[in-house]
Amino acid sequence: MNAGPLADAVALTCLLLGSLLCLTAGLGLVRFPDVLTRMHAGTKPQVLGVLLVMIGGAIRLQGWSSTWMLLLVAVFQMLTAPISAHMVSRVAYRRRHVRRDLMVVDELGMAPPRAGEARGDEPADAAPEPG
Amino acid sequence: MSGTATDGGVAVRLRHQLPLLLWLVLVWNLLWGTWSWANLISGVAVALVVTLVLPLPPVVGGVRVRPVALLTFLGTFLADLARAGALVAWQTVRPRGIASSAILRVELRTDSDLLISIVTEAVTLVPGSMVIEIDREHRVIGLHVLSVESGEDLDRQRRSVLLTEERVVRAFGTAEEIAALQRPVQPAGRPS
Repeated sequence: MNAGPLADAVALTCLLLGSLLCLTAGLGLVRFPDVLTRMHAGTKPQVLGVLLVMIGGAIRLQGWSSTWMLLLVAVFQMLTAPISAHMVSRVAYRRRHVRRDLMVVDELGMAPPRAGEARGDEPADAAPEPG
Repeated sequence: MSGTATDGGVAVRLRHQLPLLLWLVLVWNLLWGTWSWANLISGVAVALVVTLVLPLPPVVGGVRVRPVALLTFLGTFLADLARAGALVAWQTVRPRGIASSAILRVELRTDSDLLISIVTEAVTLVPGSMVIEIDREHRVIGLHVLSVESGEDLDRQRRSVLLTEERVVRAFGTAEEIAALQRPVQPAGRPS
């Protein structure tokens, strides 16, 4: 592809925006309080970020073969990111790695155990549950 | 399906596997990056070996594609992705961080494995909402949503999931599945 100054500018914008979004994904991992919210940070802005980096790269790189490769990366990113996020969060929720004190409502409603009752599957570092 | 298996098992199986075969050949060619007959033929060979050695269950019900509805779905999806991506990015960098989150229960109206998968993928890809549980039998998905401040936020999230479902069904569903969208949904999340 021919790279005029305009194409360069567009590519630059996409690459910078994408990198910034990936940076916020890393920030979110550090700043968010529990597994579920961290999965949001780790998977979402980063998907958009990778897409933007791919678009920027496709504009800037020469030749179609790398464009196809970037397209594949984008497609597989969008296919797989939700599934890994879903699996990790599902396990985290079932193992009660959840800060319930930060939750407005939990409509799935896994009943909290009665005081002193041990279900035997409590993770050692789980957050304390109310009740 | 069991009736046709006797008088044309191979043909039926091939028809079920055909989309997967085409997809594998396409990926193979894209990975090589250049178009050539050698790539095409070796791709077909690899795809055949993969589908024969590692067979997947067929997608029940098949899929129809309505171009206009598909474009509507993709357009809205990309817009959501950009808008919500920017929002979550802002929530991670702003000094006060995120507010409290919530887990919602949303009852879907569609009853097809494929459509529920697509809805779930789309909902999870859009920042701020993530599916953490799927109750296939009751067509209910459990949704973790980020930064919920009030009951209105919850209702808005619930409506947006149902709207995503509607767009997906209109893009890929059969006529009966589109008609099923009219089925009333429970306004509240939890059956009492």
